Amino acid sequence: MCLAIPARVVQLLPGCRAVVDLAGVRKEVAIDLVPDAQLEDYVIVHVGYAIGKIDPVEAQRTLALFAELAQGVAQP
Amino acid sequence: MKYIDEFRDGDSARHIAANIAAEVRPDTSYSFMEFCGGHTHAISRYGISGMLPANVRMIHGPGCPVCVLPIGRVDLAIRLVMERGVMLCTYGDPMRVPASEGLSLIKAKARGADVRMVYSAADALDLAERHPDREVVFFAIGFETTTPPTALVIRDAKARAVNNFSVLCCHVLTPSAITHILESAEVRQFGTVPIDGFIGPAHVSIIIGSQPYEHFAEEYRKPVVITGFEPLDVMQGILMLVRQVNEGRAVVENEFSRVVTPKGNLAAQKRVSQVFELRESFEWRGLGEVPYSALKIRPAYAAWDAERKFDLHYASVPDHKQCECGAILRGVKRPADCKLFGTVCMPESPMGSCMVSNEGACAAHYSYGRFRDIAVVSA
Repeated sequence: MCLAIPARVVQLLPGCRAVVDLAGVRKEVAIDLVPDAQLEDYVIVHVGYAIGKIDPVEAQRTLALFAELAQGVAQP
Repeated sequence: MKYIDEFRDGDSARHIAANIAAEVRPDTSYSFMEFCGGHTHAISRYGISGMLPANVRMIHGPGCPVCVLPIGRVDLAIRLVMERGVMLCTYGDPMRVPASEGLSLIKAKARGADVRMVYSAADALDLAERHPDREVVFFAIGFETTTPPTALVIRDAKARAVNNFSVLCCHVLTPSAITHILESAEVRQFGTVPIDGFIGPAHVSIIIGSQPYEHFAEEYRKPVVITGFEPLDVMQGILMLVRQVNEGRAVVENEFSRVVTPKGNLAAQKRVSQVFELRESFEWRGLGEVPYSALKIRPAYAAWDAERKFDLHYASVPDHKQCECGAILRGVKRPADCKLFGTVCMPESPMGSCMVSNEGACAAHYSYGRFRDIAVVSA
């Protein structure tokens, strides 16, 4: 139910609307809830509304966490 | 797809699984509740529970809006469409939730009732504008993620004076449900549901932020890790919970920091509080009446509140006698413990709400896990 997907903003439209691109699929969504969205930003789209914006630096930081070694365990 | 594929990488998943295996203490058992149905679905679909050590157990929580929607609420919607002749719009998920007399919204539609499945609340408002001669009701369900769009359409309906549109509001709140679980007899007194920490909501937290969970960490001494819905997010979230347990810490950590901030989406929170206010009490399937756990439409928007417009009164309806959805939603039982599971209750013909949405504990186990416990016999 809380299904939402990251999509790239490719066009800003008047009236708090924007066109987003999701792997080639383009769709118009409302950006009332993310009024500072800019071109090329990735927004999280839920039921036709952008509800949040992805911070690319934090995303990179999380990916780096995945590669960390186990804590307090000797690695071979 | 960017921000999806890299969070589903199999090699990284095996690496995190090895970290979890290396860090769990063999003499400790770890039970974590994933509150959200989105996490339940990811855990089942990607076989995450199969990658965890035997002493790490995931307990499915009640965070699936369809699953906690009580029969009486669906009955209200069905009566509106069948007896009052409204055009009833709703998301796909509530369509198959079992209601009284063997009905559901989709069965009502099969009998000729005007039930429309919409992708967005805005589509329901558009339908109302295109059919000025009809009363159009949007049956709104969902947690905090889904509430801001509903708030916006109610605002737009008022601004554009769409007076044949109204909303039957069933929006519920995550923190009050978590409190209810932590206060329940099973967790507090009997210890039948041992909870050592929570995988905190992903998309709900985009809206409300990470701060509302600090109370659980402090008051109940339970670690909370806000975690994204992709499989690597979930694995990393579990690892972070294991570490907190090992170190005797109970704090809120944020694995989903690429979208979730401490304060959340303030623009969305503002819209929600303009249109909605707290409901004194709301019945949840499985949890019963939970105080201040849901929202209702403010008096300033009363003309767009279907409950006021059609003078609707909620009546509680008990679940099917043998259905264990209630116990499953509280984490007391597992899907396979239910007699109806996989026999008469299946995704195509659900008896209980947990079999409806693919986020429901029963539907997820049915789709991805039901053969896992059966020994393979060589031919």
